[in-house]
Amino acid sequence: MIPIAFDYEVAESVDGAIDLLKENGEDAKLLAGGHSLLPIMKLRLAAPTMLVDLGRIGELSYVRDAGDHIAIGAMTRHTEVEHNQLLQEHCGLLAHTASFVGDPQVRHRGTIGGSISHGDAASDLPSALLALEGTFVVKGPGGERTVAASDFFQDYLQTDLAPDEVLTEVRVPKLGQNTGWSYKKFNRRAQDWAVVGVAAVVERSNGSISSARIGLTNMGSTPLRATAAESALSGADSSSVAEATSSADEGTSPSSDIAASAEFRRHLARVLTRRAVEEALSR
Amino acid sequence: MTEAPEKYVGGGVPRKEDPALVTGRATWTDNIKLPGMLHASLLRSPFAHAKITSIDVSEAKNRPGVVAAFTGEDLADEWAGIIPCGWQITEDQRTPTHWPLAKDEVNYAGDAVAVVVATDRYTAKDALEFIEVEYEELPAVTDLETVLDEGTPLVHEVYDSNRCYTWTLDVGEVDEAFEKADVVVKERYLQPRLIPNAIEPRAVVAHPDPVNGGFTIYTSTQVPHIAKFVLSGICGVPEQKLRVVAPDVGGGFGSKLNVYAEEALALALARRLDTPIKWVEERSENYLSTTHGRGQIQDIELAATSDGKILGLRADLVADMGAYLQLSGSLIPILGAFMYCGVYDFDAYHFECEGVFTNKTPIDAYRGAGRPEAAYAIERIMDALARRLEMDPAEVRRINFHEPFDEPKTQPAGIQYDSGDYNKTLDRVLELANYEGLREEQRRRRESGDPVQLGIGFSTYTEICGLAPSQVVNALGGGGGGWEAAEVRMLASGKVEVVTGTSPHGQGHVTSWSQIAADALGVDLDDVEVIHGDTAAAPWGRDTYGSRSLAVGGVAVHMAAQKVVEKGKKIAAHMLEAAEGDIEFEGGRFSVAGSPDQNATIQDVAGAAYLASDLPEGMEPLLSEEQIYDPPNFTFPFGAHMCVTEVDTETGFVKIRDYFAVDDCGPVINPTIVDGQVHGGIAQGIAEALYEEAVYDEDGNLVTGSMVDYLVPGAPELPHFTLDRTVTPSPSNVMGVKGIGEAGTIGAPVAVINSVIDALSPFGVTHIDKPASPFNVWSTIQEATGDGAGTRDADLSGRPAQATDNVDEQGGETR
Repeated sequence: MIPIAFDYEVAESVDGAIDLLKENGEDAKLLAGGHSLLPIMKLRLAAPTMLVDLGRIGELSYVRDAGDHIAIGAMTRHTEVEHNQLLQEHCGLLAHTASFVGDPQVRHRGTIGGSISHGDAASDLPSALLALEGTFVVKGPGGERTVAASDFFQDYLQTDLAPDEVLTEVRVPKLGQNTGWSYKKFNRRAQDWAVVGVAAVVERSNGSISSARIGLTNMGSTPLRATAAESALSGADSSSVAEATSSADEGTSPSSDIAASAEFRRHLARVLTRRAVEEALSR
Repeated sequence: MTEAPEKYVGGGVPRKEDPALVTGRATWTDNIKLPGMLHASLLRSPFAHAKITSIDVSEAKNRPGVVAAFTGEDLADEWAGIIPCGWQITEDQRTPTHWPLAKDEVNYAGDAVAVVVATDRYTAKDALEFIEVEYEELPAVTDLETVLDEGTPLVHEVYDSNRCYTWTLDVGEVDEAFEKADVVVKERYLQPRLIPNAIEPRAVVAHPDPVNGGFTIYTSTQVPHIAKFVLSGICGVPEQKLRVVAPDVGGGFGSKLNVYAEEALALALARRLDTPIKWVEERSENYLSTTHGRGQIQDIELAATSDGKILGLRADLVADMGAYLQLSGSLIPILGAFMYCGVYDFDAYHFECEGVFTNKTPIDAYRGAGRPEAAYAIERIMDALARRLEMDPAEVRRINFHEPFDEPKTQPAGIQYDSGDYNKTLDRVLELANYEGLREEQRRRRESGDPVQLGIGFSTYTEICGLAPSQVVNALGGGGGGWEAAEVRMLASGKVEVVTGTSPHGQGHVTSWSQIAADALGVDLDDVEVIHGDTAAAPWGRDTYGSRSLAVGGVAVHMAAQKVVEKGKKIAAHMLEAAEGDIEFEGGRFSVAGSPDQNATIQDVAGAAYLASDLPEGMEPLLSEEQIYDPPNFTFPFGAHMCVTEVDTETGFVKIRDYFAVDDCGPVINPTIVDGQVHGGIAQGIAEALYEEAVYDEDGNLVTGSMVDYLVPGAPELPHFTLDRTVTPSPSNVMGVKGIGEAGTIGAPVAVINSVIDALSPFGVTHIDKPASPFNVWSTIQEATGDGAGTRDADLSGRPAQATDNVDEQGGETR
C-alpha cells in the first residue's frame, strides 16, 4: 500500500498539461480524482514516474446546455453529474448511472473524464455512454478532435487517447419524450465494480419499441453494445422483450473470475437486459 | 440523608472511550514517534513453498536512507526460541520450527525472508526491491481433501505426513445409538478460510530502555501480558526487563490474540541496532501474514428416532492449521469440540479432529474460534433432520432442547453447561418475527412461482465463554492459567483507580468496568479511571479473547470492589465507634444501623486509610484491594436467531430482509454495548455466510488478496437487526454474567445459510456451502434442476472442492 516514488506537477491549464505530458513521455500519467490510479499505484501495479494533476484546472468542471446535446467538462465529479438538473432533465441515464460509481467518497473525488480515460470495462459510465452514443472531445499537441464513444474504448484499459492527449469534454444527447432508459448494475456490495451492468436507451412509438441501444458493462475487455438484442428489440413490444433480450450476450467475451464464471455473466447479461428494457419501457 | 444509590449497571451509559476515538485523538501504535526511531519493512515470499537457495541484501543495504538489512541467517543468533504454540493438544502434536525470518525454506506465500531498516517507511519499502532471492520452488499443499493422502507432498519434510495431531472425544455408546436409530442424516460441510480484517492492521514499536537495559514494546495486540512472556522466550530478554504496552487497539477479532514474528523482529532489531524500531503492517501484508480463521471440512452424522429425538452425533473434522502453529492454532477446533451437541439433550457423541498442515497462512482464533463451526454443523444437520422427517425446523429443535436448568448440567460432550432456558429465546424469536405470517408469505410466493423466493432460517445456538478454569486450560495442554486480575484503589482524594488484566481493543471495558466499580463503591462514574494494557501499570493479566473479559475480568473487578467495601466497613466502624457488624453500606456511605446520622462516606474512609494515623489495631494502610479470580466453570450464553432472506432465483442474489435475534448473556452491564456487540457479531456472521472467503489457487497464491476481492460487507449490505434478550443468570460467577462478544458470529452464519436453503427448497436444493454468493446460489439451482452440467467451470483454481457427498436426502440411510 506504499507506491513507488514519483514526481508530481500541477497543470495550470489543459495546454500546460499537454506540455507536461510531452516533456515526460509515456511514464507520465494524468491525475484527475485519483480513485482508479492511486489504488493501483499503492498496490504497485502501476508505477508512473510523473503525475500531472488536473485538479486545479477549474474550467474543466461544468455541465452546459449546448443546444442539441449536453456538454460535461472532464473534471466534473461524479456526484455533480448525479445531481445536475440539466442532466436529470435531458439525459437521466447518465445522472442515474453516476450514482452507482463506487461509494460516496469516490463520487465526491472521482471525475467523469478520469473514469472514461481509465477505460475499465467494469466501470459503469462507459457502457452508459455507449448506449447514449456519446462523444468525447480530446485535445493534444496537434489540437482538438472528437471521438465517438464507440471508437474510444479499444482494449483492456486501453483507449484511443494518445499518451500526450487530454480528454476535455463529454457530450451526450438530449433524450426525447419517447425515450426510456435504465441502468441495471449487478454487484455484490454497493461500492463494488459491476459483475455485469446493462445500460438501455429505448425509443418508443405506438406502444412498441422503435429502436433500442444496449450498453454492456464488464462483458469483455471493453464496454460493448448488445447488437443482436438491439436488432431483435426493434419492433418488439412488452410481451416480446424477454425473447428479444435472450441474445443480449451474443458477441461478448466475458471473463471468468472469482465473482462469476463467463457462463454466469452471460446469463446475468440476458436477465439484466430484459429487466433494463422493461424498466426503460416504463420510465 | 442517605441518597438512593445510582445504578450504572444495566444502563446504557455512553462509552467513555468514544470522544477520543471519533475525534481522531486515539493513540494507535503508528502514532507513536520516538527520537531516533527507524522503520522496518519485510520482504515476503511470493511462493507458497520453496527452498531459499540464495539471498543477498547487500544492494538494499547500500540504498540511501537504509541503515541495515538482514536475512534469516543474519539474525539466527537473536533467537532463544521459536515462535511458540501455547497448546500441546496431544502428546504427539507436531509444532514446526518457526523462526521470525525464514532461513532455508518458505512455507506460505507471505512468509518473511528479509528485513530492511531505514530512516522512513517509504525508503525501507523501496529498498526491498533491491534484495535478490533465489528460490527453488517446491510443490504446494493447498487442498484439505487430499492433504493426508499417500503421495501428497509434505509441507514439512521432517514429518512423515501433513498431520499435526489427531484428537478424539467419545462420550456414551455412539455406535449403539446409530444402530438403533430410525433415521441417520449425514452431511459434509465446508468452513472456508476467513480473513479477520481488524480495521487497524498490526503495528509494533520496540524501544530500548537505556536506564534498565530492557525494552518497552508498544504493539497492537489483544494480549500484552501473554506477549511479554512469549517475547521473552523468543528473544531471550529476561521477562522482568520487558514492558509491553497495548495502546489504543483498533480491533482484533482473534487475529491479535497472538505473538507474531514482526513483534519479535522489532525487539531483536531494537536490541541489535540500539534504537527504537517501528513496523506497521500494510493492508496487503495483513491479508497474507496475519492469521486467518476457520478452514475446516466437517463430516457430520446424526442419529434420531422417527419422531425426531436425537440419539447420537458424530463429528469428524479435518482442520487446517496453515503452514505453522501460531499461539492457539491447534486449540481452535478443540474449543469447538465441546459445542457440537448444541442445546440438545442426548447421550452419545463422537468427535475426531485431524489437524493438518498446508502451505497457507497460519490459522488461529477468529471471532468465535471453533464455536461458529460447531454451531454451524449442529444447526445445519438439525434442519436436515427436519427436512427428512418433514417436521418444522423450530419443532425438531424444541423437542430436543435440554429442559430449563439453573444449576450446572452435564451435556453430551461431557462438560457442564451453567444454565439455560432455550424455549424462552425460541418462543420470543418466533413471536418477534411473526413466524406463521412468514410461512404464509413463503407459501404464496412458492405457489405463484415468484422469481424472488422467501427463506426462513433458524439457529438456536449456545457457546462457551469465560475462559477459563485454569485446571481445564492445563488439561487441554494450555501453557498458562485462565484466571484474571483486578485491583481497585481508593485514592487519597476519594477517586478510584481500577486496574484490570483484560486488554480492550474496541469492547468498551473502560466504560463497563467503571459501571461495575462505581455501583459497587457508590461513587460517580467519572470518578473511576480504568487502567489497562500496560504490563507496568497492570502487571497481572491474561488479556482479552474468547468473550472472557466480563465473566472473568469484570467479575474480578466486582470482587475487588467488594473487598474494598469490606475493609471500608472495618475502618468506618472504627471511625464511628460502632461494631463492624452494625455498619451498613449503601450509596457510597457507611452508616450505623438504626442511626443513619452516624455515617462516613467512602471518600472519608479512603482518606482515613491513606492518612493511616487512626486505623483499627493492626490494619494496613490504604483502601486498595486486589482480586485474582480463577473461575470455577465456563459460562454458556445462548440464543435463538432467525434470518429472513429474499433470494432472487434468476440472479442468485440473496437479500437479507430481516434478522431477528434473541440472545441470553445473563445480566447485562451496558445494553448499548451489548447491542453493539450483537450487531457487529451478526454482521460478521452474515459476512461469513454470504460474502467472505480467502480463496487460494492451486499454487498457494491468495487470490482474494485485497479488499476488492475479499468482500467485507458494509452497512448497505446489512439488514435492520431486531434484537431482544432474555436473562438467565450464570451460576458460574457472583454477577451471573456470561459474555456476548462472539454470540452474533456464532449464531448468524448458519441462520443465514439455513434461510437460503429454505428459500431454494422448491428447486430441490438441500445443500449450499458458504459463502452463498450469487454465483454459488445460481449454480446450485442449476445443478438441482438438472441444468447445471459444467456450471461451476469458472476459473476458480484453488477454490475448495464443493461437497460432493452431501447425502442429506439422497444417500442417508433410513432404517
